Amino acid sequence: MTQASALSPPPTPRGLRVALRGLFGSPGNIVLTLAVLWAAWSVAAPFFRWAVLDAVIWPAQPAACRDVDGACWSFVVAKSGQILFGIYPIEERWRPLLVSLGLLVLIGYSLRPPAWRPSLAAIWAIALPAVLLLMFGGFAGLSYVATTMWGGLPVTLILTVTAVGGAFPLAIFLALGRQSELPAIRGLCIGFIELTRALPLLSILFIASIMLPLLLPEWLLPDKFFRAMIALLLFAAAYLAEVIRGGLQAVPAGQAEAAQALGLGYWQIQREVVLPQALAVVIPSLTNTIIVMIKNTSLVLVVGLFDLISSGRAALADPEWSSPAMETYLFIALIYFGLCFGFGRFAAGLEQRSRISQ
Amino acid sequence: MKQAASPPAPDPAQPAVRIQGLHKWYDGFHALRGIDLEVARGERIVICGPSGSGKSTLIRCINQLERHEAGAVTVDGREATADPKALQAIRRAAGMVFQSFNLFPHLTVLQNCTLAPVQTGLATRAEADALAMSYLERVRIAEQALKHPAQLSGGQQQRVAIARALCMRPSIMLFDEPTSALDPEMVKEVLDTMIALAADGMTMLAVTHEMGFARQVADRVIFMDEGRIVEAGPPEDFFARPQHERTRTFLGQLLH
Repeated sequence: MTQASALSPPPTPRGLRVALRGLFGSPGNIVLTLAVLWAAWSVAAPFFRWAVLDAVIWPAQPAACRDVDGACWSFVVAKSGQILFGIYPIEERWRPLLVSLGLLVLIGYSLRPPAWRPSLAAIWAIALPAVLLLMFGGFAGLSYVATTMWGGLPVTLILTVTAVGGAFPLAIFLALGRQSELPAIRGLCIGFIELTRALPLLSILFIASIMLPLLLPEWLLPDKFFRAMIALLLFAAAYLAEVIRGGLQAVPAGQAEAAQALGLGYWQIQREVVLPQALAVVIPSLTNTIIVMIKNTSLVLVVGLFDLISSGRAALADPEWSSPAMETYLFIALIYFGLCFGFGRFAAGLEQRSRISQ
Repeated sequence: MKQAASPPAPDPAQPAVRIQGLHKWYDGFHALRGIDLEVARGERIVICGPSGSGKSTLIRCINQLERHEAGAVTVDGREATADPKALQAIRRAAGMVFQSFNLFPHLTVLQNCTLAPVQTGLATRAEADALAMSYLERVRIAEQALKHPAQLSGGQQQRVAIARALCMRPSIMLFDEPTSALDPEMVKEVLDTMIALAADGMTMLAVTHEMGFARQVADRVIFMDEGRIVEAGPPEDFFARPQHERTRTFLGQLLH
């Protein structure tokens, strides 16, 4: 019996006992625990009273919020259409709603590894023009809506999908090009990455929206919306390229050599052997960069495009309401949180999966 | 079961490998200093020598993982030039096994074996699967086909690496210190696989210090030092009557 217990490790204490010992084990710990609890309570309790107990959410009328101490969620309910879809014509709001839902469903579908087949590229090649066409209208009885009238969630989603989705393949080529044996390609890729990284995103957006019109003839100049889209795409590509390069360097040289010795060509080696391993290594930093890029789309407000945040600000300008800014920004923050947290959870699952298959 | 298409049969009269006046530099370092070597079809050659003697560089020049600066390398009658087509043809004709296995960790054992045949158009997926299973059978590891390399021992991984190279139906096999990274108890299973391969008539060039293997299998043993072939001969002469002082010193250090 004593022999058996000597062979098996002593039981590790766990659960409530460990938690309690950590929190109240010594006088110092007791003081710290109580202080933190008190601080948390003094923040959470007033917030809870403001956001829930004293708040009104219905009716969605300006009158409902008069003489109310708490949050005026009625404003968010009344203005949700404008926050989500900007100044897009009210009677046509079903179009951006359909676009937003469609994009969210398609993003969810695309993130599942079983969907990663060549057909996915074809799906997006059809879906993206379709989405833009539906937003524009001007055919089949749909009224034409210029990009200056677009706003809110569909703008954030379209910019995110095109900037990140377009940047990713470009970033792979840039990262590979940076290691190319051809000096011209290597120089071009290094030059692009270093230049783009050295500029703040704001200045790139300003260049795209203000300076390009001065430099390019009008017939060659894309719409402001698409200029901002391309600026975001190029910016994201430079950052993603450096993350991917880190992954490429983590793959041992023997891997490409073994593939070469089997008679595989350069692109086959990259696609089948090097990139799958390189990308798996950098999933955490890729996730990080992509989440930053999702939030970066909000910077297009400086060049006069209405993303979620600027639509929310525009909604606040209504003089009938007492400008419940806090509620509006919390609502927008919740949407961003949903997008970014959702993506973060997806990436964590992907990381888990790639660890199992190694 | 349909047989996978074989690559064009090499001309039996031609040497499998012909190396003439081969020079290779790494920056300033003169790694190969004029190598001449002809390997007949079906011949088994063991290359040995101290580290830095250029033996690995030599066999890596045969499948052009290292490009040479002077001289000519001809494999199956095809000269290695900068032309990517010639390069790929040579690499398909010459399979290689590395010291550190270099299996693809993100693929299963079976996928490791079928990747190149499918990607290069040598076989359809079904043909490649069947071919891979038959070679995995031959290296006695078919039951591990669905595992990932990290789940196998070093000896098992090296046997998979041999099967992977064989799946391209090479006419020549190059071994670059295939047992040096293995725990001692696993060396034998890999050597046995190589001996079986030799018995089937495969043309082989092996860089190894396994002198028992050289005695049993090699038609010729080559001793290299400082980028040159110092001595070459059948193993019975090579081990019993080494001609050069340098060879004698090397063998003395190896055997005692």
